[in-house]
Amino acid sequence: MKRLLTALLLVAGSAQAQDVLIRHATVHTAGARGTLKNADVLVQGGVIRAIGTGLLAPAGVAVHEANGKPLTPGLFGGLSDIGLEEVSAEKSTVDSTLTMAGDGRPQMRPEFDVTLAYNPNSMLLPVARLGGVTFTVLTANSSDGGSLVAGQGGVLRLDGDRRAAVVGTRLLYVNLGAGADGLSGGSRAGQFMLLDQAFREAKGLTPYASPYALLTPAGRETVARYLLTGRIIFNVDRAADIRQLLAFSRKHNLRPIITGGAEAWQVAAELKAANVTVFVDALQDLPSSFDQLGSRLDNAALLTRAGVNVALLAPDSTHNARKIRQAAGNAVANGLPWESGLAAITRVPAQALGVGNKVGRIDVGLQADLVLWDGDPLEVSTLAETVWMHGRAMPMRSRQTELRDRYLQSPGALPRAYQH
Amino acid sequence: MYQPALVAALAALTATASVAAPVDRTDPYPSTYRAIASVPVLIRHATLLTGTGERLDDADLLMSNGRIVALGKNLQAPADAEVIDATGKWLTPGIIDVHSHLGVYASPGVSAHDDGNEMTSPTTANVWAEHALWPQDPAFAAALAGGVTSMQILPGSANLIGGRGVTVKNVPSVTYQAMKFPSAPWGLKMACGENPKRVYGGKGGSPMTRMGNVAGYRAAFIEAQSYMLAQDKYQAGRGGKNGNSNRAGIAEEPQIVEEEVQPDVELQTENPNEGKRKSRWRRADKESAQDDEKAGGDEAPSRDLAKETLMGAMKGDIRVHIHCYRADEMAIMLDLAKEFGFKVAAFHHGVEAYKLADRLAADGVCAALWADWWGFKMESLDGIEENIALVDRPANSCAIVHSDSSEGIQRLNQEAAKVMAHGRRVGMDLKPEHAIRWLTSNPAKALGIDRRTGTLEPDKMADVVLWNGTPFSVYAKAEKVFVDGALLYDRFDKSRQPVSDFMLGQGASP
Repeated sequence: MKRLLTALLLVAGSAQAQDVLIRHATVHTAGARGTLKNADVLVQGGVIRAIGTGLLAPAGVAVHEANGKPLTPGLFGGLSDIGLEEVSAEKSTVDSTLTMAGDGRPQMRPEFDVTLAYNPNSMLLPVARLGGVTFTVLTANSSDGGSLVAGQGGVLRLDGDRRAAVVGTRLLYVNLGAGADGLSGGSRAGQFMLLDQAFREAKGLTPYASPYALLTPAGRETVARYLLTGRIIFNVDRAADIRQLLAFSRKHNLRPIITGGAEAWQVAAELKAANVTVFVDALQDLPSSFDQLGSRLDNAALLTRAGVNVALLAPDSTHNARKIRQAAGNAVANGLPWESGLAAITRVPAQALGVGNKVGRIDVGLQADLVLWDGDPLEVSTLAETVWMHGRAMPMRSRQTELRDRYLQSPGALPRAYQH
Repeated sequence: MYQPALVAALAALTATASVAAPVDRTDPYPSTYRAIASVPVLIRHATLLTGTGERLDDADLLMSNGRIVALGKNLQAPADAEVIDATGKWLTPGIIDVHSHLGVYASPGVSAHDDGNEMTSPTTANVWAEHALWPQDPAFAAALAGGVTSMQILPGSANLIGGRGVTVKNVPSVTYQAMKFPSAPWGLKMACGENPKRVYGGKGGSPMTRMGNVAGYRAAFIEAQSYMLAQDKYQAGRGGKNGNSNRAGIAEEPQIVEEEVQPDVELQTENPNEGKRKSRWRRADKESAQDDEKAGGDEAPSRDLAKETLMGAMKGDIRVHIHCYRADEMAIMLDLAKEFGFKVAAFHHGVEAYKLADRLAADGVCAALWADWWGFKMESLDGIEENIALVDRPANSCAIVHSDSSEGIQRLNQEAAKVMAHGRRVGMDLKPEHAIRWLTSNPAKALGIDRRTGTLEPDKMADVVLWNGTPFSVYAKAEKVFVDGALLYDRFDKSRQPVSDFMLGQGASP
């Protein structure tokens, strides 16, 4: 078995395996062309070259018969620590959080970039991939007493390739609201006070040598870059805080992205006017905190109806990134149109994160990260049959399937440890 | 600080009082649950999953007076019955979650709602989750909308022995007693592995290792054994004057009447820095051992709530539910159970239960599991998506889908659907009529309420969910939820959707 797998991997590694013609699929493009029945997708050199009916396989290109099954872009797995942690409770395996040995003074380290810690050999990658998840965005976190500006992350393709993995520009993370109390002296008003000061420093309005400076010189350079063109992701739930953030963003000419957004539906018109993308936890329907009293299951549906760009999140995007489909299915069950549900876990997050020209849709010229499903992709009882990345069929194996197969069989004369 | 003088005084007082006061054998915090009044309901042309393994297509179900009266084809409606045409819809028993912390870790998750772990000692068999259960937790209503009609509320897993759990009916109420499932046995919550050793080892105390964990369980049960012996001896000496032997939590001695003693010192201060005084029923081990020794003659052994609970577990009145992830630790706990003569009702969380599936089935132990959680800590590293399917595979197995989550409890049907899909992929044909047992009859069995609920059978409690289609779908919705025959949730009728006091007047409330 092992030998066979190795052989398969070798084949998969060859350049030719990046070419494939997928025939007779129900192609959910997640883009302008919507859903194409009985369509073919031609992949060459890891890139989508053609979409249509009756496409012919060029010489040497393998044909994969889809038999009408749904084909989607590879899915977005949410804001995660995939490749940044193995076991959440074991700090030695977690690299997403910077804890500075501070002297008690407020300090911000936006220059902290978690992509430098990314481990492409993480056992979490194959697990996510088997669930049809092919890209995620790494997040930077802060622990209490740490930096209100948590640091930078980046979009990651879960191909296990160090060079190709991190795509696009970096994103800067800021936590707001009750969850960030421990980063801002216990008041959410302090958060805007500190952010305002930091952004003024980045604009050069405070001398470097000021004893009150929050940012290091490198931190100023980092924030200055984001003030010009970058994407800043704010984790915020309460409607009042969202309004405050929108005002703050106008003042500093920022393009905010919102995650959480439990009460975003209450400020849908303002979010639409500001052209803000909101990453919503589609399963958040309880008043889990006083920032989330307005939580409801049709948050995504209401926002979409109001014209807001909505991407979806699910709880535990790191180990259970595959749960994103369940989030989308529940959003659809609660009023979100099906096509919007799929877009919310493919096209919309890709575009919001600045990689919409590479992944998130099935379109000519995009990377061939594709998933063929055995049923409705948003249905919990559906599983991924084949996952292609760069046009390569990825092995449908993970540490979890190895464990499964070991215990699926009856034990032989020797202990199960000999089954591998 | 511990005050031996006060404890001794209290012990004396108790002994004296026990002679004079009348004996109260009932639960001191009795259920006041009453089924809500309902009219007979006939549901027609539904697909029925009975929870006994049967599927009945295009069948009817009649409920009346809170009970299921009949199921089958072409049932006749009594004159006063409401008739519901359920063509295309599915009918199942109410979902039962064996592992919930609703009410004890209520929403919103503020510090004042941290009521699930008495993290002051690794063994707190004396505490009862029900005494912390806040009936206004808005998550109860959300769970009801997910078809959950009964659940066990457990203490958390910080402690080796966390205390008693309580089974409730998911009915809106001002008091938990009015939710308390009548005559359901209590659960005893125990925990293996990382949590207790992290909580106490992290403070430099014991347990610090898994060795310490097991030593801790054993020490507690050894003490409880002596207590049980003393109690039994005392009972025998009385010639069974009061009939029954000691039963769990049903005190042979009368209750300590609150007015007779000074209010507990612990309750007089809200300042944690004033020292954590042990309350009267958590006396030092030495002291209680002396009590146990002197007991046995005519004098009633003084009550000890912790030992009473462990005694209940050993006598089989309290069902033991163990948070335990790893297969090797489950095997240790089965030996522990043998050593002290109790039975394990269910292992909870068991992400490695699939490694021990045959043994669990052979021993008649249920396993209450998630569909796909893994990796959040070391002992959860080997979680696989086929766990429940593999645990379900042997004959006489008892696989349960549980939540341990205010999100998960709302969609246990979806969790089961995931398991069915992964089972199918490895060649296991898991049909809806079988899988529904993971959500209904199997948890009922683990909780000891399977003679009264968990299946659609005549005479069972009419805990019934009407779904818009197969429940095993992300698009499935509970349309009507009946508890003891009363329609307590209707997706299309706001007047049949409970809203907790907490949610009233919140501007954001839909």
